[in-house]
Amino acid sequence: MPDTLPSGSLRACLHGLPGVDEVGVRRRAADLATRSIKTTAKRQAIDLAIRMVDLTTLEGADTPGKVRALAAKAMRPDPADPTAPAVAAICVYPDMIPVAAPVLAGSGVGLASVATGFPAGRTSLEVKLADTRTAVAAGATEIDMVIDRGAFLAGDYRKVFDEIAAVKECCGPAHLKVILETGELVTYDNVRRASWLALHAGADFIKTSTGKVAPAATLPVTLVMLEAVRDYHAAGGRQAGVKPAGGIRTTKDAIRYLVLVKEVAGESWLDPARFRLGASTLLNDLLMQRTKLGTGHYAGPDYYTLD
Amino acid sequence: MADRTPSAPARVAVRRTYKLYLGGAFPRSESGRSYPVTSSRGVHLANAALASRKDVRDAVVAARKAFPGWSGRTACNRGQILYRIAEMMEGRRAQFAGEVAAAQGMSEARAQGVVSAAIDRWVYYAGWADKLGQVLGAANPVSGPYFNHSQPEPTGVAGILAPAGSPLLGLVAVLAPVITAGNTAVLVAGERAPLPAVTLAEALATSDLPGGVVNVLTGRLSELAPPLAGHADVNALDLAGAGELAGELEELAAGTLKRVVRPGLHDDWSAADPGVARIRPFVETKTVWHPMGV
Amino acid sequence: MEIFDYAPAPESRSIVTIRPAYDLFIDGEFTEAKSDERIVTLNPADEEPLSEVAAASDADVDRAFAAARRAFERVWSPLPGAERGKYLFRIARIIQERARELAVLESLDNGKPIKETRDIDLPLVAAHFFYHAGWADKLAHAGVGPSPRPLGVAAQVIPWNFPLLMLAWKVAPALATGNTVVLKPAETTPLTALAFAEICQEAELPPGVVNIVTGAGGTGRAVVAHPDADKVAFTGSTGVGKEIARAVAGTSKRLTLELGGKGANIVYDDAAVDQAVEGIVSGIFFNQGHVCCAGSRLLVQESIAEELLTRLRARIERLRLGDPLDKNTDIGAINSAAQLARIRELAAAGEAEGASGWSPACPIPERGYWFPPTVFTGVTQAHRIAREEIFGPVLSVLTFRTPEEAVAKANNTQYGLSAGVWTEKGSRMLWTASRLRAGVVWSNTFNVFDPASPFGGYKESGYGREGGRHGLEAYLG
Repeated sequence: MPDTLPSGSLRACLHGLPGVDEVGVRRRAADLATRSIKTTAKRQAIDLAIRMVDLTTLEGADTPGKVRALAAKAMRPDPADPTAPAVAAICVYPDMIPVAAPVLAGSGVGLASVATGFPAGRTSLEVKLADTRTAVAAGATEIDMVIDRGAFLAGDYRKVFDEIAAVKECCGPAHLKVILETGELVTYDNVRRASWLALHAGADFIKTSTGKVAPAATLPVTLVMLEAVRDYHAAGGRQAGVKPAGGIRTTKDAIRYLVLVKEVAGESWLDPARFRLGASTLLNDLLMQRTKLGTGHYAGPDYYTLD
Repeated sequence: MADRTPSAPARVAVRRTYKLYLGGAFPRSESGRSYPVTSSRGVHLANAALASRKDVRDAVVAARKAFPGWSGRTACNRGQILYRIAEMMEGRRAQFAGEVAAAQGMSEARAQGVVSAAIDRWVYYAGWADKLGQVLGAANPVSGPYFNHSQPEPTGVAGILAPAGSPLLGLVAVLAPVITAGNTAVLVAGERAPLPAVTLAEALATSDLPGGVVNVLTGRLSELAPPLAGHADVNALDLAGAGELAGELEELAAGTLKRVVRPGLHDDWSAADPGVARIRPFVETKTVWHPMGV
Repeated sequence: MEIFDYAPAPESRSIVTIRPAYDLFIDGEFTEAKSDERIVTLNPADEEPLSEVAAASDADVDRAFAAARRAFERVWSPLPGAERGKYLFRIARIIQERARELAVLESLDNGKPIKETRDIDLPLVAAHFFYHAGWADKLAHAGVGPSPRPLGVAAQVIPWNFPLLMLAWKVAPALATGNTVVLKPAETTPLTALAFAEICQEAELPPGVVNIVTGAGGTGRAVVAHPDADKVAFTGSTGVGKEIARAVAGTSKRLTLELGGKGANIVYDDAAVDQAVEGIVSGIFFNQGHVCCAGSRLLVQESIAEELLTRLRARIERLRLGDPLDKNTDIGAINSAAQLARIRELAAAGEAEGASGWSPACPIPERGYWFPPTVFTGVTQAHRIAREEIFGPVLSVLTFRTPEEAVAKANNTQYGLSAGVWTEKGSRMLWTASRLRAGVVWSNTFNVFDPASPFGGYKESGYGREGGRHGLEAYLG
């Protein structure tokens, strides 16, 4: 395993991964995006997508009131329809964990905290680890950390690896999602290398983006990451998950991601334990489409809660 | 003596305002000025915007901003859009014909002929967009184990001084080849007869051509041409309508080694097949080398 | 319980009106054939008849050539190129406007998936007319001399695998260069050609410029052997291509042939492996493998063969075979019973000669003509499935050790239409491409087409090129 290898070997290992042809991967993603999901398939997909949502608020203006409302919505997304499933988790800043934890207690909805100096990650390792420990101690069940993109782009893979491994240690029972910030890694080769690096270092999930950098999640980037978790698993590693985040706003977008999961990684990834959608406004669109399938009429935004 | 007794008209016509075309929008001149445009017989037709140096600057910024998108489109897509411009002009045929007739003092029938020729010019260049590389490019048989290939690429932002005597056909004949190759343009309409240029801008705005690819200024040649010729972010200059200013403007252009097309180059605007004569000055040739070996 | 399984998503048939019977299209009108013989065209996905068309007799073919000659002399060749071009632009636009209808019709008559007719065939058809429209007034710049002249009447015979696209490949350059056309569509797929005849009417193309005579082999022979043909263009099998070459020998007719292939898809050990897998799949399973330029021989470097094949099989298991009109279908129906029999015969020969066949567990519809995607491993150069064109969804896998060996095996065939090269190393790609005896070499992609790109083969894959500047030569003197 690379954690026992010297830095040069870690580099060789990552650079030994097969390349990704940009044109080819885009074409494959575009082709899968033409899958037509109708009737029963759409109903299944919408409920599955709701169950995979990490309902997110990551704003400087977040308040306890806002976070409590979000937590309430996570547990019961459609007050008018109790058959609508709960989302997978909510995702907030670490200082909001103590606010959200009592609301969600016993609900089964996960509580994710971003950590490690989110979103830029430009702080010392000590602060990053303290950030993580605080969030876990306050009740976070999932940690969404950011990698040091500067170190990655500078070729210091060892530093990135060690940081992920150290954060993983601080997580204890909490699941670790590693945000690659693919919009800053730019090339698909980098995305593949960063994915493997994170998986080797202990990630339970690899996540595309913070949502603060454009482009955030895209289909081809997610495709490359799904290939990474698939191949890592096939090579005898854990069955890790993938979380695209940022820019996923419509039901149509969400279903396209589910198609990718199904056809690239396989059916066993179609589970909130292995695939999440980091989003905020997506949930209401999913609920509107869900109602449309039930009633046959298009719904309007005024009929869904704003939180 | 005519009866001068006032009477109530049945309907008052709505007059058009002729504005500039910058970055896909139709602003007035930032200077707040306009100037009267008259027909060849001296009848007042409309007021056109009198653009300023600052409008030139804004137009260059808009053209530069549009360049990566336009030059990055597939040649086929550019061709489709140019063809769409022809379609849009066909739909405004009567308006163009009226303006051409007024500006050039022509019969309606002759003006219709000019409009047809202008539309056909777009169709002609629509066809060039995806053939340019096949005619101007080459695989070069260099000695040694190398793949060597040359391709034309657009130069960048082109300043165009439209020919004075042909306010529609001449205008299209200088503008179309420039954008065919993927350049973006700042076009200064002929000073005396700018109205067809503004109407063309309105056709362009409804033709799928991205905003900023063509920017149209109306006003005084002597005020607008020098700042355009001297602008460091302009890469090429077509002096078709420069008249007596041509020499001075070429000198200004030399400051940043702009590619310059002097007045008089293939200025038979109705020639059936002008070929690539007006495209070639606005493309660079890029040659790529690559070794061949296992 | 299926947590997320695709429900049927059929494209509506109602967009298309198929007449119960079609006449020949001669001199701008649908006219009754002199012969009483009719041909029933089937939907290969359910074997139900779609319509019946006339089988043109020699007399009908004579009428078509007379109309084409008249149109050539009186209207089409005197017309300025710019005006000819405008007719082609019109046709391109009408095709774009009626794209969905034509896509559904093509899928019904041919059996290919709607996602291919919708996303590949029809956009390429429109693009082909659009591209050639632009050449009509620029022929002096095409590099074939200062004042190129049209040849006259072109006799064109096209295959069933891309019915409307092959029509576009033939008709667009012929018309752009000032020739008129007598075209015979394939016996099993005449319907989109007849829809194209209606489009010619809608575009007000002068009568006689395009004439479409339906029929079987006899009609085809009458068309290519017609004494008033100045030019013969054929796409189809190498066997028929040789017959045609013999038939025109000694005449002044110009000939272009686009024939069979046995394309080698070479995958080096440094390839971008996931994209290579995609390219192998689209190389052989695109259009059910009914593709003359298919990458039907996979040449994989031995050091990565096992890994690649594991990934390839997993990918093939995802392919969805079934109703061509379902928007999620990847593999449609085999076009005819005869073609299905041919594929089965060669696949059986593969097993008999010792290669090992594999297909995913995929349900096959009860009615219609179907063949599952199939991969043969353990194939050697001596096997029939490595030498003969199968024209179906059957891939033969061979291995190599060195670049020289890859090139030698790739070229060791009577054909020379297409080849693929997969490597992340540019110099190796160019080295390999420069040594391949094939008319089209795709690198890190496969089965991509563009009207600007010349297409055609070396050796017994035919001669002449279609598309691009080079394709114009075939219609100019």
